[in-house]
Amino acid sequence: MAFGPHLLLAALEGLVTSAVLALMALGLSLVFGVMRVVNVAHGEFYMLGAVVAWWVSSLVSGHPALGFLAALVISPLVVGAVALAAERLVLRRLNYNPEATIVATIGLLYILQQLALTFYGPDARPVAAPFSYRVVFPWFGYSGYKLAVIGASVVLLLVTWFVLMRTRLGLVMRATQYDRETAQAFAIPVDRVYAGVFALGAMLAAIAAVLIVPISQAHYLMGLDPLLLSFIVVIIGGLGSLRGTLVAAVLIGLSDGIISAFFQPTLAKMIATLLVALVLVFRPTGLFGTAAR
Amino acid sequence: MTGNDATGKAGAAGAAAKPRRRRARAAGRASAGRVVALHAGVIALLFALQFVLPAYHHGVLARIMVLAVFAMGYNLLFGYAGLLSLGHAMFFSAGLYGAGLSVYHLGWSVPAGFAAGVLAGLVLSALIGVLALRTTGVAFMIVTMMFAQVFYLTTLYFNVWTGGDQGIVLPQPSRVVTAFGSTFDLTDPTTRYLAALALFSLVLVATLALVRSPHGRVLVAIRENEQRTTMLGYDTFANKLAAVVASGAACAAAGAAYALLFGYVGSTFASVQYSILPLLWVLLGGAATTLGPLLGTLFMYYLIDISNDLLSAWVPDWNFSSIGVVGVALILLILFFPRGLLGTIRERWLPWLP
Amino acid sequence: MAAVTPLLETRLLSRSFGGLRAVDAVDFSLESGEVRAIIGPNGAGKTTFVSLVCGRIAPTSGAIRFAGEDITTLPAHRRVRRGIAYTFQITSVYANLTAFDNVALAVQRRLLDTTGERPSPRALSTATMAALDRLGLADRADTIAGTLAYGHQRLLEVAMGLALKPRLLILDEPTQGLSDGEIDNFIGLVRDMARDSTVLLIEHNMPVVMALAGRITVFDAGRILAEGTPEAIRADRAVQEAYLGAAS
Repeated sequence: MAFGPHLLLAALEGLVTSAVLALMALGLSLVFGVMRVVNVAHGEFYMLGAVVAWWVSSLVSGHPALGFLAALVISPLVVGAVALAAERLVLRRLNYNPEATIVATIGLLYILQQLALTFYGPDARPVAAPFSYRVVFPWFGYSGYKLAVIGASVVLLLVTWFVLMRTRLGLVMRATQYDRETAQAFAIPVDRVYAGVFALGAMLAAIAAVLIVPISQAHYLMGLDPLLLSFIVVIIGGLGSLRGTLVAAVLIGLSDGIISAFFQPTLAKMIATLLVALVLVFRPTGLFGTAAR
Repeated sequence: MTGNDATGKAGAAGAAAKPRRRRARAAGRASAGRVVALHAGVIALLFALQFVLPAYHHGVLARIMVLAVFAMGYNLLFGYAGLLSLGHAMFFSAGLYGAGLSVYHLGWSVPAGFAAGVLAGLVLSALIGVLALRTTGVAFMIVTMMFAQVFYLTTLYFNVWTGGDQGIVLPQPSRVVTAFGSTFDLTDPTTRYLAALALFSLVLVATLALVRSPHGRVLVAIRENEQRTTMLGYDTFANKLAAVVASGAACAAAGAAYALLFGYVGSTFASVQYSILPLLWVLLGGAATTLGPLLGTLFMYYLIDISNDLLSAWVPDWNFSSIGVVGVALILLILFFPRGLLGTIRERWLPWLP
Repeated sequence: MAAVTPLLETRLLSRSFGGLRAVDAVDFSLESGEVRAIIGPNGAGKTTFVSLVCGRIAPTSGAIRFAGEDITTLPAHRRVRRGIAYTFQITSVYANLTAFDNVALAVQRRLLDTTGERPSPRALSTATMAALDRLGLADRADTIAGTLAYGHQRLLEVAMGLALKPRLLILDEPTQGLSDGEIDNFIGLVRDMARDSTVLLIEHNMPVVMALAGRITVFDAGRILAEGTPEAIRADRAVQEAYLGAAS
């Protein structure tokens, strides 16, 4: 294949990564923005979303789209419930102390991962795509489903943005993010907002996972790489800044797609991680972030 | 970035959410005798145990002592200076590779290899310290984790030399020391045990001396209230950097000893799991206690060992591994026991414990 | 012959936060051995001014000289070692450490600087107990600072400043929250301190200011409004309007 089409293919693959990454990083960023805690178990919510999606779709017979749609509804609900339980049972008792929360969510990461290994097993398993239409370019054919993932992600991001900026629920969340004490004084149930945000963050990860399983299979270790990538996105975009997160997701997804198409993946990851660490050292508010409060 | 630096520091001490009120410590002024006796007693006990322990536990204890050195190094930074790093696997494995690779590829002797390992840890921790200490709190945790990840990927990338995931086994002849007119074979269990004990004792005594020194008091002061410490005329950055380097060197010494005593070098030791483990050991044993790291490592090692046996006996078809047990332990500790074993004992009964 | 160099001198010292000029081109000078009070309404820039002097915040422009040397760019910890001690407005002792350890931290800094070597445990203990004793805290040496009564925590804070044996001791609202009896004690204490150190005092309590200060500097809106003896300040019209008048 010539260089141009090869680059287009890499860019398309990168955009698919961006689409999924944006949803996942948005969840991480919401949790950090509102609750001021880092959820290290975020990648495991993603993994759990994929595993539940496989389980649901394996129970539904008939057209693959049925199983997929069922998974798209059930998986986020299950994952959200797990996150809610973790928030109520652990995080709230720690009073959201940032350091203690990181330690606890590392514990949660290990538990979820090992439970998946125990009950789901060490194998990677696929979920059938809801449709198998191929878009034909002059140089290569491309999966229509992958393009649909990009579209679905854009729609979901717009919905999230609308909820945050245009609804009372979003106002309550933003108020809590801005100032916890004042929000409390205005009778905002901060405690319930926290629980809701944590569950919502996990559900976004689960939706991202359901979208991706027809492309890359469900596996108990699949949460680690996206976790690291989402960290990178959230940091580059500026911790807690939603717009920055989205821009960074596209940037990181695209460069990930293009770099891994042309370079050795380990080296690419090495350099990328080093660069991000240095960004955090020298520009702690991120490349797009405003000064942290 | 964490918003409130001072509370972040104070909270880091035991990563404890609840306010901490340590009971009056008859501050190391009257209790020097008791403290020295306790530590000498622990070292004597470890020396005596080699004669009574069965072979399996004998070997396990040698390993635990080396890992406890890793934990003590971590505790120096986390417990006393209040800096929570999630990247200490890189210091341990800097020592591991520094020693292992120089012995394996360059044919260096065991002492030279050990020195190379410690030196690698010193250089790396100074570099990482200068960079990472520009951040605080959560950012410090993430930055250290990322640098460690880069180190891990580096060990994979240069797998021609490091053996990557597979690792390298150091052959027996390269692990024999000739000194003082006699030879010590580090593959021999008794020699290995004594070498591990020697390193452990050295680092334990050094830690004790440090935390009872004026420098140790400054580290605790930084943990408790960094701004106030600056206004007493202390260069807090320099003190924190010194703590990172001392911590990194101790962890590298543990890594170097691990490579030379157990003869295996592999990138697993650089993975994020080995950054989490020392945190777990220190939390379990008690942050900012001199003997907590040993106790924590000992308990956790046997907890994993026993639970693995039990799991495979009761539910043989489960794949639930020791990592899951680590996860459960982390959550239970941070929720119900944030000061760990010795931290709680010190608070309730023995306020003089260092 | 040139005039005696003032201990502390600022030239056109300014600091803005966003658009707000908290300290605005302040020329200030303090002679060695003085007890100087800084008064002024809330938000006049008093605490910002002393924070610039002790290096907790950096100036936007201007210069600071201490004992004849330019210290404008010196980091805070180096200024402390040159002899500028600062006690915090909000009590800032090490709440989880004993009173002994609190003061020992200050003492070991001074011993390290004067002798150039690590102090022996005995020397450290003796000097620390002496500093605690001077403020009547000797019998509370082993008490955790956070459990001390508020008045005692303020005294401990002062003890830490004193233990540094500073050339310039900056006290930021030291009597805030103290009882009348404690305030009387405190006045005696500052007179005692003033024999060895120059004292710069931010204070709202006018009787304390009148009892202690040799001269008073009045801040308003980031600038020096007036400066003079207590009597002159009491008689100053502008001061009465800006501050004393507002207070009554």
